[in-house]
Parts: sequence; C-alpha cells; structure tokens
Amino acid sequence: MIHSLFLINSSSDIFLEKHWKSVISRSVCDYFFEVQEKAGEAENVPPVIHAGHHYLINIYREKIFFVSVIQSEVPPLFVIEFLHHVAETFQDYFGECSESAIKDNVVIVYELLEEMLDNGFPLATESNILKELIKPPNILRSVVNSITGSCNVGETLPTGQLSTIPWRRAGVKYTNNEAYFDVVEEIDAILDKTGSVVFAEIQGVIDACVNLTGMPDLTLSFMNPRLLDDVSFHPCVRFKRWESERVLSFIPPDGNFRLLSYHVSAQNLVAIPIYVKQNISFFETGSSGRLDITVGPKQTMGKTVEAVFVTINMPKVVLSANLTATQGNYTYNPVTKTLVWDIGKLSQQKLPNLKGSLTLQCGAPKPEESPSLNIDLKIQQLAISGLKVNRLDMYGEKYKPFKGVKYVSKAGKFQVRT
Amino acid sequence: MCRIFSSSLVRDLSCNQLSSNNLREMLESTKESLKLEAMKRIVGLIARGKNASELFPAVVKNVASKNIELKKLVYVYLVRYAEEQQDLALLSISTFQRALKDPNQLIRASALRVLSSIRVPIIVPIMMLAIKEAATDLSPYVRKTAAHAIQKLYSLDADQKEQLIEVIEKLLKDKSTLVAGSVVMAFEEVCPDRIDLIHKNYRKLCNLLVDVEEWGQVVIISMLTRYARTQFISPWKESVVENNHEQAFYESDEEKLGTPQSKPYIMDPDHRLLLRNTKPLLQSRNTAVVMSVAQLYWHLAPKQEVGVITKSLVRLLRSHREVQYIVLQNIATMSIQQKGIFEPFMKSFYVRSTDPTHIKTLKLEILTNLANEANISTILREFQTYVKSQDKAFAAATIQAIGRCATNITDVTDTCLNGLVLLLSNRDETVVAESVVVIKKLLQTQPTQHSEIIKHMAKLFDNITVPMARASILWLIGEYCERVPKIAPDVLRKMAKTFTVEEDIVKLQTVNLAAKLYLTNSKQTKLLTQYILNLGKYDQSYDIRDRTRFIRQLIVPNEKSGALSKYARRILLASKPAPMLESTFKDRDRFQLGTLSHTINSKATGYLELSDWPTAAPDSSVRNVEVMEPEWVPSMGKTKPLKSDDKFYSDSGEEEGAGEEGTGSSSEDSSSSSSSSSSNEGKLDSESEDKNSKHSEETDSSQSDKSSGHSDKKKADKKKRLQLKKKAKKAAPKERYQMHRPPTHHPLTQELWNLRTFTPKMVSSPVFVPMSSHELLHRMTGKGLAAQYHFPRQPCIYGNKMVSVQLTLTNSSDHTLEDISIGEKTSSGQNIHRFSSIERLEPGASVTVSMGIDFNDSTQAANFQLCTKEDQFSVSIQPVVGELFLPVTMTEQDFRKEQGKLQGMNETSATITMAPENTSNQALSKKMVSVANMGVVPTGEDSLYRFAAKSVSSGDLVLVSVDLTDSSSGRLTINTEKTVIGSMLLRDLKTALAQP
Repeated sequence: MIHSLFLINSSSDIFLEKHWKSVISRSVCDYFFEVQEKAGEAENVPPVIHAGHHYLINIYREKIFFVSVIQSEVPPLFVIEFLHHVAETFQDYFGECSESAIKDNVVIVYELLEEMLDNGFPLATESNILKELIKPPNILRSVVNSITGSCNVGETLPTGQLSTIPWRRAGVKYTNNEAYFDVVEEIDAILDKTGSVVFAEIQGVIDACVNLTGMPDLTLSFMNPRLLDDVSFHPCVRFKRWESERVLSFIPPDGNFRLLSYHVSAQNLVAIPIYVKQNISFFETGSSGRLDITVGPKQTMGKTVEAVFVTINMPKVVLSANLTATQGNYTYNPVTKTLVWDIGKLSQQKLPNLKGSLTLQCGAPKPEESPSLNIDLKIQQLAISGLKVNRLDMYGEKYKPFKGVKYVSKAGKFQVRT
Repeated sequence: MCRIFSSSLVRDLSCNQLSSNNLREMLESTKESLKLEAMKRIVGLIARGKNASELFPAVVKNVASKNIELKKLVYVYLVRYAEEQQDLALLSISTFQRALKDPNQLIRASALRVLSSIRVPIIVPIMMLAIKEAATDLSPYVRKTAAHAIQKLYSLDADQKEQLIEVIEKLLKDKSTLVAGSVVMAFEEVCPDRIDLIHKNYRKLCNLLVDVEEWGQVVIISMLTRYARTQFISPWKESVVENNHEQAFYESDEEKLGTPQSKPYIMDPDHRLLLRNTKPLLQSRNTAVVMSVAQLYWHLAPKQEVGVITKSLVRLLRSHREVQYIVLQNIATMSIQQKGIFEPFMKSFYVRSTDPTHIKTLKLEILTNLANEANISTILREFQTYVKSQDKAFAAATIQAIGRCATNITDVTDTCLNGLVLLLSNRDETVVAESVVVIKKLLQTQPTQHSEIIKHMAKLFDNITVPMARASILWLIGEYCERVPKIAPDVLRKMAKTFTVEEDIVKLQTVNLAAKLYLTNSKQTKLLTQYILNLGKYDQSYDIRDRTRFIRQLIVPNEKSGALSKYARRILLASKPAPMLESTFKDRDRFQLGTLSHTINSKATGYLELSDWPTAAPDSSVRNVEVMEPEWVPSMGKTKPLKSDDKFYSDSGEEEGAGEEGTGSSSEDSSSSSSSSSSNEGKLDSESEDKNSKHSEETDSSQSDKSSGHSDKKKADKKKRLQLKKKAKKAAPKERYQMHRPPTHHPLTQELWNLRTFTPKMVSSPVFVPMSSHELLHRMTGKGLAAQYHFPRQPCIYGNKMVSVQLTLTNSSDHTLEDISIGEKTSSGQNIHRFSSIERLEPGASVTVSMGIDFNDSTQAANFQLCTKEDQFSVSIQPVVGELFLPVTMTEQDFRKEQGKLQGMNETSATITMAPENTSNQALSKKMVSVANMGVVPTGEDSLYRFAAKSVSSGDLVLVSVDLTDSSSGRLTINTEKTVIGSMLLRDLKTALAQP
C-alpha cells in the first residue's frame, strides 16, 4: 500500500526518507515540487498528486510535508489518516512534530516507522503498543543507556498486541488513581454583515486523562445525552451500550486519549456568546480607509468571555493601520496583511472598541472585496450546548479513584463577514 | 545527551571522507555500545538518503547480535541494501532461520518480517517455507506477519501464486481478529478474483469486523463490497423514480400489477448481515473506516437506507484539511445522484474565507449540485458573498457555478444573467473574464433577445484584456452579428488595428468574426476581411495561417473553389448546440467511491472494478458453514484473548466477561462483576450456529490458557504444539507431505526443513555405559588429591542442557584434605553445575560426586578450578564428541522420515573399512554405542544398522546409519543439523570401526 515516505520541510529539502518496499528514487518528489510551486501556499497543495507511475498522497502538518508514494489503488483516506497518525505519534514521542525534533531523534523515528508499517500495511499503530516496543526518549534514560548500554527497544511482544483491547496494556499501576475528563466545545459560526447568523453549529470532544491501576471498567453518563446528535467514539467505547442506554461504557486506554467527539443536533439553537459591530470602508479617493469594530458579550450564561482575539486578513493594498483600541492591543503585519486585535476579557460595562484609519497603497484602486473577521474566544466552566456529565462509575477495581470533569467552550471556525 | 551527541556527529561525518572507515572500525570493535553508536549513525545516513551500502559486510556481521536494538537497526539496514548486495545478504539468512524457531513470538515474527523483506530472488523457496510454517504458528501475531509476507513474496516472484493461494486459503479460516485484516489484504493483492475462497468465511468476516483493528476494517469492507456485488441481487428497484422516496414506497404494488412474474424483492439475509454489522463503524474515529462504510452503503444498500451515512460524512468535514478534500470529492459525486440526502446539511458546505482553494471549489461544486427551486435564493445570496472573495480563482469558480445554477433552474436564469452583467463592470479582470465566458454560454442556451447584453459587452470590449474573454465576446458578436448589425463591423475594424498584437485565441476568433460578417454583410466588411485574411496569412502561428487559408477558400469565391463555398453560409452560420454546463463530477460515479481512482478520476493501477449486480442471485448456500468444521488452524494456543466471538461492542454480558478474562490475571474480579452487571441482557441476535462454534472455541482456549503465557512452561507448550501438529497431519495429509518433501535444488533451504522437528524424541536409557574413566588431576600435581572423571551417560539432573559427569576424588596424601570444591572462577563460557563442597576427605579415602556441564554441543574443554582449603588446581574436561548425546528411541519409520528431512548440507558420509572383529552384528552395535551415546533403531534389514541420538544442549537429532556393502566395508552416514558434530562423530566412528 504505502510504498515510501518522504518528509519535506518548507524550504523544499527532503530531510528524511523511508522505504517499506524496494527503494524509490527521491526524484519522484519533483512532481510534488512542481505542484507545490503552482499551488503557491502550502495549504493549497492538493493532497493527491498523480506522478507518472506513482501517486503521491501528502499531508501538511507543522510546516512539514509528509509525502507518501503509492503505486496502486488504495483508499486515499487510508493513507491520509495513517500519515496524520504518524505525525501524532511523533508529537506524542518528542513533544513536538517539528523538523528539528525528527532530525534529533532520527533513530527512534526510523524504529517507529519500521514498527508502524510492514510492507506498507499498518502493523502497530496504537500508542501504548508502540511505547512498549520503543520507549520514548527522555534525558534520564539516554544518560542511563549510554552508561549501561541498555536499549530503548522492548524484547517481548506488547501485551496489547494480542488482546481484544489493544489500547490498554496489562499490569498498569499508579499510586494516585485519577480520571479527568475535559469537555471541550467549539462553536463554528458564520455571521453576516448585519450580525445575524448564517450558519452555526457546535462540535465537541471529550478528552480524557485516565491514570488508573489495573483493568478498570468505567461508565460515564450524561444529564442530557439527547443533545448529542452525531458521535464518534474511541474504539474502547461499547457501541451497543450507547445505542440502548446512552451511556459511555468502556475500559479506558492508559493516559491521554480522545474518548468521544460529537456534534450537537442542529435543531438546538446555538447560543452565540458575543456580538460584533463592524464597519470597514475604503474611500474612493485619498488612498485610505476607516475601520471601526466593537465587540460585546451576548449569550454567555453568566460566564466571562476570555481570550478574545479578532483577526482580519486585509486586502493586499492596505499598507498600514493607525488605530486606537479602548481595550487590549493590536498589531498589523504588513507582510501577511493580518490585523490581530488581542482583547482579553470582555466586560459588560465597557465595550472594547478598535477605531482608526487604514492607509492604502498610493494610486491603487479601492479594493472590491471586504475582509472577514475571524474571532477567537474562550469561556471556562461552560459547555455552550448545555451538555453535562451526570456521573462516572468504576467497576472492576476496588480502590476509589479521584474523578474530575472540566468544561470549556471555544470559538472554532467563527467568522464574521463584512 | 547521547542523542544530541550522535546527531551532531552524523552531521560532521557527512563532510568527512574517512567516515566510512571510522564506522567500519566501530562496527568491528568488541564493544556493543560502539557498534550501536555506529549503527545509529548509519541509520541516520540512510534516513537522509545517503548511500551507506559499502558498509554492508561490516554491518551484516552483527545480524546475530544479542543486543536487540542493535539487531533491529541491522535489520533496517539489511532490508534497505539487501537488494543491491544479494550475495552478502545471503550470509544473514541462517540467522533468521534460527530466529524463526525462537520461543519468543516477537523474535519469530520480526525474523519473518526481515526475511521476507529481503528482496533476493534466490531465497524464494526459503521464504515460501517460512511462510507456510508461520501460517500455522500458534501466535496470531506471527500468523499476521505471515499474511504480510505473502504479499512480499508475491511481488518478488509471481510464479509462487498457486502455493500462496493455498496459504491464503488457510489463513482466511483463521479466527483471530489480528490476522483477518492482513490476510484479506493479501487476498486482494494476490488473488482478488478468487471470490470462491470468501464464501465460507463471509459470515465469519462480517461478525469479526467490529473487533478487527481499524486498518483491517477498511480493507475487509472494501473487499466485502466487491463480494456482495457479485453474490446478491440488486436491492434497487429498476425504476425511473429512484430519487423519489415516497414513490418508491408504493412501487412494489405497481410492479405486481404490471409485471406479475417479477417477485417482490427480498434481501438475502447475508446481504442484510453485512449492512447491519458495518453500520456501527460509521461511528469510528478513523475517517478511512467511516468513508469505507459510507461507500459500502452507497454501493450496496437500498436507496432509502443510504441516508444514514450523510451525518457521519458531514462529521468528517471537521477533520484535517486533506480528509475534507477526499470526503468532499465523494460527497460531490453522491450529491449529483441523490441530492436529497445532503440537502439538510447544505449549510455545512458554506465556504469560509480561511479554507484552502481546492476545498472552496469542492464546496462550491456541492452547493451547486444541491441547488433546487426551493433553496436557490439562499444559495445565490451565499454566492454573492463568494464573488467578492479575495481569492480570485475562487471568485471565478463561483461565477461558473452561478452559470450552472442559471441553466439548471430556469426560474432564476434572468436574475443570474443580470447579476453576471453587473459583474462585467467589476474592477477585477478575472471576474470580468469569467463572467463574459459564462454569459456567452448562457446566451447560447437562450438565444432570444439578448442583443442588449451583447451591445453592453461590445462596449466593454476595449477594457477587457483577458484573451479568453475577448475571444468569447468576438465569438458572440460573430454568432449574433445579425442582431447587432451596426456594432459588429465596428468591432471588426478595431480588431483589424490590433490584430498583430493579440493572442492566438483572439486572432482565431477575429478571423471567424470576419468570415461571418463577410457572409452576412459583405458590403461593409469586404475590405476589412481581406485585410485581416492577409494579416493572418503571414502570421507566425501555423494554426492561424491554416485557418486563414481555409476561410479564404471557403468564403471568397474564385475559379478553383469547389462545391464547399456554396455551403459556406451553412457551415459557418449553422445553429450551434448550446454547451452543457455540467458538474465535473458527473462521470466520476463510474469509479467505486472512496478509491484513489475516484479521486484522480482515472483508473489507477490495480483498481478492481465493481461488478454490476447479477440478474439472478447465485446460490446462497455456498456460504453455509458446517457447525463443527474441523478447525485445524491453531487459533487457540497462545491466542488467549482472541476468541472470535467476543465482540467488543456486543451487548452480551457473557462474551464481555470472557474478553476481559483474557486480558490479564489482574482483572479477574472485574470480569466477574461486569459480567454480572450486564448478564441480564439477552443474547438476541447471535445465531445458534455461532453459539456452537463459540463454545467449542472457548473451551479450547481456556485449556490453552493454562499451558501458555509463562515461559517456564515451554515444555507443556511444546507438547501442545506437538498435538496440534498431529491433528494437522490428520486433517491435511497431502499438504504435510508436500511440506516435508525435501527439495534438491538449493542447499540453503535445507536448514529450513528442520526448523521445527516435532517428531517424538523419547530419550531412552543408555544402551552401553563405558566404564573407562579419564584422569582429571594427577596425584602429583594435585599435591595428593587425585581426580578422575567419567561420563555416566545419564540425563543430567541439574539441567536438561547439561552433560552429567562423575568425578572420583581420591586422597592419596597422608593428611586430611578439607573443603574440596569447584572454584568460583571458570575460565571458559560453559555453564557448570558444581558439586556441593566436600568437607573432609581422609587419607586414602575416595568419594564420587556428580556435576553437570553444559558443553553447548561443542567439544571445547570445560576449564575450571578444583580447590581444597589450601590449594587451587586448574583442570579441564575435554569431552569426546560421543558423550554430547543422549540416546533416542524411535521406530524405523520415524527414522526414515527424519532422515529425509536432514538431507543435503546436513548429511555427511564416508566409506568405512572395518576390522574383521567388528563385522558381526553385535560387535558393530557395541562398537558404535561405546563410541557415542546413541540408541539403536531396530531395522528389518540385515546389513543396515541405525542409531539415533539427540544433542544434549540443543536437542537436535543425530542419525547414524551404517550400510554394509560387504563383510568388511560399508558406508557410514550421519544426518544432523549440527554438521560440525556430525563430521567429528563420523571421524571417531570411522577410526573406532577400523580398530579391532
């Protein structure tokens, strides 16, 4: 399936190559470079490229292109999903998935890639299995290893590999048994010029951090499970229990994992926590424009809206911005043409406002298009959909674990058109 | 730190000419850490695509290293360069062959992985054998590796196809979820057309599916999609109202009335099983799984059930950019055929300014497909925003989309056209150009009274610079020149001025316009046309010259012009069919959804066509499985948690409990509590047939639970294996025969034949124990302590790999010796079991003690120290080769069979001449067994003598046969895997027989 993998950095250097079948010359990447040049921005490179006798399927992550070479028919999503999995594994092992991290750990990277694919077909991709086979690097271990000559590679087949629950290894032990769940919701919305909602929906995830001894069997129930319209689970969740009782019953993986992602049904009206009044105009003469933005809280259910950012991609002709902000501060990057206004907390009493003039390139015609505003925000201790965890029960182990649930709402792709 | 150190070194090395010498030195050093460091640097070189092939000889030496990380890195290197250095790569093969019988399943599996990844054609037979062996391994992990190896071998040598199919057939029967995905992958690669192999496994695969790992699910689902298309009849009613659900509801009645002979459609239960068992996977976190289930429903489910996939597909749009791209493409294809199912989710396809261009275009495509009379106004309002986008390519695509909406929905054609005309005064060139092109197409579809728009465009003509747009306007004016009789000649006049500086496409249209005007309005334009044709005649582009020449011949009458010019008017001014504004995804449905071919819209290598539904249903009974199918594939054994039926998602409490039990001993209370908590739920949907097979398997696996899992129970394990093997033999005698038939063409394969010898090795009591003892320590050197040793030829009680040795210690001094023992230090590597220290030995007394020495199947002397209270004496025991064996009893039949497996390299033979005393039957046997500790194998023939033994340390068989040709000479043959021992034994026996 997957024949070879090339990792390419933003300056078009191939800094790592790995072949699972016979070696394919790196000149195959020339097709990729050609397409990349045509596409301009990295995000615009199409994920599937037909390159002579080969097909290149690539993803772009953390400023690195993961380009895989395919020789015959294969579901493209299979490859894409796998490549993302590789990137996530690197992230997991090295803390970041950057070029320097990969270069510094090239041996571990190679060992990982060797275990993850056999003849181009995924072999071991579960993080807990990999970690038993190849231990993640840390300073202490590398010092010890250099002295004792012991190594990072496990000698026996990880227990998870043969069990029906490959995500958990046997014999986990903790002195503090804890289970934390983060309910994170994101509001995707498009507001039009007048502030009315064109489109809005809520997507949420429950990320868990479970450090529990032994083989605990957990059951998580919600106060209002009907809110969840479409869900996707970690493989550990028993689907039948969900279908019949709407509870999440599972033997958790060890450590951090995403238990569930969900979509809140479209019938529920989405509460938009803030409103934006904006006026951006360019004058026909004089090469200038005006900008006036006011942001205020709307439906916040008594919570404070924090970490509010407004990002505007200005038209190319905008040279500089001379603005005053009543709260927070703003920066304008004349190269990328992005205006970022960092507001911080929203208060009910004084509405933050950003006002001033824009300078345009001399002689250039007034821009036709109007830039749209991207909003970032965060509300602690609130799931904007109203989803609430009812209780968490543990079976199968005798100790009492410490349990905790945290809620947070954020702006996802939150856009205001002008 | 070490890491940083090494990576910085690697960087330095690249510019250092001497690097490879340094690395070679490091590899040849005795220090493991240095070797490891060298390998790490070499892997660094490989990763960066640097050539490190010259180090091959130095690297390959380390393939047998004990350090597992070093070994793995050597494997990485081997796989990378073996193809280039085939001869040297062969050196490593025997190491893998040894590792293939390692008790550790991870080592077995990785040996098979590497062995099969070495692309050296000469080892194909070895790979074939290794695969066959591994396919019957007890560990499902090793079997999974075998499934992968099948594909590798097939790509290396396609001639092995038939044999590989046999292995695939066997592995398809495997009940382990671990193996299922990999073997189906092998099936798809090697023999996708052998649908018949699937029949019997179809239901099992459907039932296992939820528990298979994610990647396997994708492969199995796509294979089952193809399978179902050949085996079931279409659930889609042959009707014209496919898209209309309500009507489909009443349809069966109508059909009955109209065509009484057609039976109402009843879905095959197996078809239903597949649909039912894949549906939960729509909730998978893996986007590839969701997509593959979606395509399965799209291709197999009745039209009214396809709707279930939409929600999940729309969910995937929250995933990574690349995932969005593929999913949107598939939705685009689906939305052409069934717009109904995606219409409720229309807003999910609204474009954001931050989307990459290719995503924007796809969303636009889908929105256009979804447009209908009811939602067109919403969509057009949305499009208005897009036209103003900063991304000009996207704005242009939006204009095209508007054009398509306008042609598809006649109500809005005029609105759209007006909107587009407004865009003509846009400041951006691309927008204007695109509008012109789209307007041109729209006008063509409605060629009535649009002269106003044409006039408007003619006015704009001077300001438009994009060639395509200019060409379009020229074409429009030419086509409808009779509607704008005053403007057209004027445009032509302007064009005549700028002709030479125009682009080719514009020039061609100018020539066209001139020709059309010449035909309709020759009075005004005759000279202009002549002028333009003359310009064209000397144009640089031959296209233009050709066209000019053609047009001139066609329209200007002269004596040479033939019959064609009569029809010039009809040729040039024929009414042209309006272009169809269609989706680019219109023809993509010829490919299976979710495939690479669908994405690139052309057939990819290895694409497997989805067949049409059969008109009559093939026999469905082929999928029936007998309830008690003889399962000889060892899916039990170490596979403790892998019971086929304990679906993780299943609601049956009993099954869940069983699943947890397998995961580890610590979970015992958990399983009992959870099973009790959920056992009240009924088992509703599992069929009785399933139950039966499950029960049988559960008992099997619980049995094996006891015998496996602990390394110190290897023996029990071995026995189990042995039993299984026997079972296997019964079930498929033919295959077994094939597997044991020795090949003759390549000696390397020999080793493989003996990878596992499962024949009974019953150690018997020695036939003959020589009483002679050897001196270990002379009383003079030993200061009064004398020691003699003697081999009692008994199995050692201290360890099953040791040879037992009896020491007789005599005190020949005149004082008492105290604390006689073996010193702590032993110079050689042998494992020695010491006798317990003797406290006192009176003068003149002697004592016999026994000890065990593991000689490791070599005649290397064991050196150790004999200590008394005062002194230490270095002594050594050099065993004769004959003492390194334990006698084995076996039947003649077994002997022949084992001998058959130890041919070629493992056989040594010599002609012998015997002393006359030894020729008698008894004397010969006695001579033989006195030289070596062997058991006599009874034979039916007179002149043939057979002896069998096994080496003490490794347990390998040693078979000796003497074939007397006449009274004093004959042939001595020794078959053993331990060739060194074999040849030494041969020498000893030969000399012994020659002596009286």
